[in-house]
Amino acid sequence: MIFFLQLMVTGLVVGSMYALVALGFVLIYKSSRVINFAQGELVLVGAYVCLILTATYRVPFLLAFAITMAVAILLGLAIERLFLRPMIGEPVLSIIMLTIGLSSLLKGLVEFIWGTETRVYPPIFPSKPVEFGGIVVSQVYLWSFILSAIFLVIFSLFFKFTKSGIAMRAAADDEDAALSMGISIKKIYGMAWAIAALVAGVGGIIIGNINGVNVSLSAIGLNVFPVVILGGLDSIPGAIVGGLVIGILENLAGGYLDPFFGGGVKEIFPFLILVLVLMVKPYGLFGLERIERV
Amino acid sequence: MNKLPAGLFNISYREDRQIFHTKFIRFWMVILLILIITGPFFLNGYLLSLADLTGIAIIGALGLNILTGMAGQISLGHGAFIGVGAYASALLTSRLGISFWLALPMAGFVAAAVGLFFGIPSLRIKGLYLAIATLASQVIIIFTIVHWRSLTNGTSGILVPSPNIGSFEFDTDRSFYYIIFGVLVLATLYARNLFRTRVGRAFIAIRDNDIAAEILGVNLFRYKLLAFFISSFYAGIAGSLWAHYITIITPEHFTMVVSINYLAMIIIGGLGSVLGSIYGAIFITLLPEFLRVIAGSLNGIFPDIGNALGALREIIFGLTVILFLIYEPNGLYHRWQMIKAYWKLWPFNY
Repeated sequence: MIFFLQLMVTGLVVGSMYALVALGFVLIYKSSRVINFAQGELVLVGAYVCLILTATYRVPFLLAFAITMAVAILLGLAIERLFLRPMIGEPVLSIIMLTIGLSSLLKGLVEFIWGTETRVYPPIFPSKPVEFGGIVVSQVYLWSFILSAIFLVIFSLFFKFTKSGIAMRAAADDEDAALSMGISIKKIYGMAWAIAALVAGVGGIIIGNINGVNVSLSAIGLNVFPVVILGGLDSIPGAIVGGLVIGILENLAGGYLDPFFGGGVKEIFPFLILVLVLMVKPYGLFGLERIERV
Repeated sequence: MNKLPAGLFNISYREDRQIFHTKFIRFWMVILLILIITGPFFLNGYLLSLADLTGIAIIGALGLNILTGMAGQISLGHGAFIGVGAYASALLTSRLGISFWLALPMAGFVAAAVGLFFGIPSLRIKGLYLAIATLASQVIIIFTIVHWRSLTNGTSGILVPSPNIGSFEFDTDRSFYYIIFGVLVLATLYARNLFRTRVGRAFIAIRDNDIAAEILGVNLFRYKLLAFFISSFYAGIAGSLWAHYITIITPEHFTMVVSINYLAMIIIGGLGSVLGSIYGAIFITLLPEFLRVIAGSLNGIFPDIGNALGALREIIFGLTVILFLIYEPNGLYHRWQMIKAYWKLWPFNY
């Protein structure tokens, strides 16, 4: 039972990070129909910027956190302006390939500037684990979960109550109608990328604190696909639910099935779920079903 | 598509059906064939190995272009299908002792069967959903290869024997060149012919609008799966050739990166065109070599450049893909057509 609960808790923490990264992914897809294969690399950049600030320049963690967020926003805006805007109206394949090219570019740049060896954050959270009725949770995990939850709540409120958030939802719902109501679609796209880069950066800082930072961190970009497909590509609640579900399921599967398959079940299990969902319910739990006409 | 030069009129169906329409093209095709056959005699070892790698890449790119460029089904799992072909061929020859010449087509069929299986979702989903499904197939196939240790030997890989006829071993770049280019010529001719058949036209109709194609009487179930079948068959052949050329294969040879490379080839070369696949495959295969030469010459100025080569390659690859998509979305093939059109009327091109 303890083993089960331990797996659940780990899954919940991993899942909350997935949810955070998936949130940015869904946002970009929802507002501009762009599938972002570079989401993992945005995570990577965020993790490295904060790491360099805290470890090399000895900036206090909270300040470094704020600077990283600012850098991420600028990066998101720049990517949208430089690479995505010329591609408006191009076919799906071209846009997929563009973001793949972007991921290669960002990964190469990170590798070029900061090398490939794994680095660790200076200890920020106390290392003494906390105990909840027999389940041991390290403080990093606890704080990761709290931080993810805070950001998820902030963005849920942002989309519900602020003017920009409502404008973004309007643009996602019907671009032409939003345009005719005086909403600047370009601004919306820019904002979507800025927010996506921001949440990815926060995700990067959290994962970096748990596992250390190296280039392979960007693999989380691929793990986000099962999450968004399960939740529905254009649903923000879907990203959160999908993230938590995938996080928990992959940890349970890893914990119980690894002995039979010789390890690695954790990596493959989300993709099996992905295939299953695509076969049974391709638009996911909360996704909007598109009806096609000739 | 089939644009004919001005002033060429076909007056019989036979003439209209020709692959190469003008004497000029036929002449240069013969020259090209002669160049291909005599190539190994004046290329040195390094260039010859590049030619071999490019030849294999062209076969793989042709396969992907039939699926993605012609039939419009995006695939992010081409690298894994190539892996299936390579492992099938390696196991058939090393475990069962089947000769390479039989294992080559068999590897094609094994890969095609696997491709068929992973093509089934294409009946229900399309566009980016299909892309994500093929991404899953890539991850699942590689996982299977890595973890089915009793069959594939896991990450340590398997040794593959060189092909032979009697006592003659095809174990050098020079002798293997003839196998690769023999297969390549057949593969190119088949792909070129496919455009003119009912099947090829059905593929193009599905790409342009699948619902309209279905209304016109194209059986989507059959033709989408057929596209996956043919494409994976090409991938299997390319994989088999690769395995016997390299003689040791591990799962790292067939990762996501390979799939992305192949997609980059057909996009940079030109979607849905045979010549485009060839240009793209040459471009992407030679890009890292080109970079290495440049880095080598810059070694005196930046002594550390050798260490950063891997990172530089990723940067240049990403930039190339992005710049092509923004400034030349129709690929090298289209640019070549434009250049030809420009010179056709030069200097009176106003």
